[in-house]
Amino acid sequence: MSLEAMPKPRHQLEKMPTGIAGFDLITEGGLPVGRSTLVSGTAGSAKTVFACQFLASGILYHQHPGVFVTFEEQPNDIRRNMLSFGWEIESWEKEGLWAFVDGSPQAGEDMVEVGQYDLGGLLSRLEYAIRRLKAKRVAIDSLAGIFSQLSDARLVRQEVLRVTTMLKKLGVTSLVTSERSEEASSLSRFGVEEFVTDNVVVLRNVLEQEKRRRTVEVLKLRGTSHQKGEFPFTVTPDRALVVLPLSAMELKQRSSALRVTTGTPELDKMTGGGFFRDSIVLVSGPTGTGKTLITSHFINGGVTFGERCLLFAFEESRDQLIRNANGWGMDFEKMESEGLLKTICVYPESATLEDHLINIKNEVENYKPSRIAVDSLSALERVSTEKSYREFVIGLTGFVKEKEIAGLFTATTSNLLGSPSVTDPHISTITDTIILLRYVEMFGEMRRGLTVLKMRGSMHDKDIRELTIDGQGMHIGKPFRNVVGILSGTFSHLSPTTEIERVGSLFRDEEPPRDATEPSGS
Amino acid sequence: MDKYILKLYITGQTPRSQRAIANLRRICEEELKGQYEMVVIDVLERPQLAEDEKILATPTLVKELPLPIRRIIGDLSDTEKVLIGLDLLPMRLQASGKGSE
Repeated sequence: MSLEAMPKPRHQLEKMPTGIAGFDLITEGGLPVGRSTLVSGTAGSAKTVFACQFLASGILYHQHPGVFVTFEEQPNDIRRNMLSFGWEIESWEKEGLWAFVDGSPQAGEDMVEVGQYDLGGLLSRLEYAIRRLKAKRVAIDSLAGIFSQLSDARLVRQEVLRVTTMLKKLGVTSLVTSERSEEASSLSRFGVEEFVTDNVVVLRNVLEQEKRRRTVEVLKLRGTSHQKGEFPFTVTPDRALVVLPLSAMELKQRSSALRVTTGTPELDKMTGGGFFRDSIVLVSGPTGTGKTLITSHFINGGVTFGERCLLFAFEESRDQLIRNANGWGMDFEKMESEGLLKTICVYPESATLEDHLINIKNEVENYKPSRIAVDSLSALERVSTEKSYREFVIGLTGFVKEKEIAGLFTATTSNLLGSPSVTDPHISTITDTIILLRYVEMFGEMRRGLTVLKMRGSMHDKDIRELTIDGQGMHIGKPFRNVVGILSGTFSHLSPTTEIERVGSLFRDEEPPRDATEPSGS
Repeated sequence: MDKYILKLYITGQTPRSQRAIANLRRICEEELKGQYEMVVIDVLERPQLAEDEKILATPTLVKELPLPIRRIIGDLSDTEKVLIGLDLLPMRLQASGKGSE
C-alpha cells in the first residue's frame, strides 16, 4: 500500500557506502562499486572534504585503503586541514591505508611544453599506488587542477578518460571532483561530463537572502535508483559532511494510541485524554499568551511520570527558565538533578539551522528522552531563509516521529490579536495537534484564550476557553460564550441581558469561531 | 663549465619515448658535448621515482643541475624551445654571434 513496499529492482548495482551521513540514504547505498562518480561544485562547496571523507570513512569503517590524487592542494595542507575532522592521514599513510599521488603545482618550477606528451607519469603512479595499497577507493581532486597545469585541454580530456578506464579495470570505486565556475553553469568547465557521465553529484553553495545554503543533489547514478532533488548539508567538526535527507524520509512511523499527559488535567480533558505518545504538538500564539507555560507543564507532566524530558530553549536563558518555572510551582533544577530533565539553551544565531538540527538530533540520540520540547521554532525562523526553515521543521518533526517520542513545539504569531493563519502552512500540516493561544479583549481587559484547533485521530473539545495563570501554573476555565471573532482578532461582544438571550447566544456562537479559522483538517 | 644532470622520464618503449630520447641525445651532443649526464627513467619500471619527482606527464625532462631546476614536457621535437627551456639558448646566440664576426 505504501511506496516503500514496492519491490526493489533485482539487478541493482552494488554500492559502496561513502560514510557521509545522509548521503548514503539519498544515493540508496552509496557510490556504484567499480565506477567513477563526478562530484561537481563551485569553489567552496566542500568538494575536497567530500573526497577526503569518502576515503577516510572507507579506512575507518570498512578497512578500505584509499588513494588520494591531488591536483590542487598540497598534500601537507590536506593532512593539516583534515586533522580538524579527526582524520589522521599521516598515520594512515604510515600504516599503508592512505596514499597521496601528488599532482599539485610545484612552486617555483616552470614547466615548458615542447612537443607531444601524455599523462603516462600520472597513470603509472596511480596504478602503482593502488596496487601497493590494494586500494578499494580513489579520490581525484580536482580536474580543474590538472587542466590548469597543462595547455592542451583536448589531450588532458583524453587522458582523464584513460585514468577512469584504468580505475574501472582495477575495480576501484572512485570519485572525481570538478569545478564549476558558477552555480548556473554546466557541470564542468572542461567537458569531462562527456565521459564521466555515469554518475554525477552536484554540490551547491548558494547565497540566499544573505545566508549561505549548502545543498547536494544526485543528478544521476546510471543503472541504479536514487533520491531526486536537492538536499541541504552542513559541515560539522566532528562528522564532517552531514546531509539532511529530509524528503527522503519515509512516513513509516508506527502510530500509537497510547496517550500521555499534557501536564495539566484540564488540557488532558480538552484533548480527550492527553496527547498521543508519538505525536507532534504545535502551540501557536502571540507573545505572552503562555506558550512557555504550556511547555513547562508538558515537561513537568512527563517528569511526574518518571519520563526523561529534553527541553530546547531558543528564547530564554537557563536561569530565566528555572525562575519562571519556579514561579509556576515547578522545580526544574530538581528535575535536572534527578536526571529526568535536560535543558539546552542556545542562541538561535549561534549556528545555522542545519547545525541546530544536527545538534538536536545528537542530543536526542544521546539522552534518549521520552519527550522533547522546543521553545520556540519561530526564534529559529529569524536566522534562516524560508526554504531552509521549512526543511528544518520537516526534518525535526520527521526525526521526532521516527524516534516515537512526544514532541511539543511552540510558534509565535506576529499579530497580537488574531492572525492571518495559525502558522505557516508547512508547519501546521505536519503537526498532529495544534493548540491555539489568543488574547481576548473583554471590556477593557486582556484575557487569554486557548483552543485545541486540531487533533488527529481523536475527539477534542472545540471551545475557546479562558486560560488563567497563577502560582500553580496554568488553569483552563470556561469557554468564552459571549464573544465572537476571537481567532480573527475582531471581537464583538454579545451582551446577554436575559437568560433567554444568553441561551440563544450560546447556540449562535457555536459556529462563528470555527468559521473564522482554517479548516482543522482532522 | 657546470656539469648538466638531465633526467628523462618516459613511459615504456613507445615511439614517443624513443623520439624524446633521440632528440635529447642529439641536442646534448650538439650543445653540451662532454659536460652532461643523461639518465633515462621508465616510470612503468620505477613508479616510486616518478612519485618522488611528482611526474605527471611523460616524457618529462628534468634538468637537476645546474640550478635552477627546469622541467620540460613533451617529445622535445623543437630544439630551440628545448634550449630556451634549459637556459642554453643565450649561450648559443653568443657563440653564433662570435662566429659571425
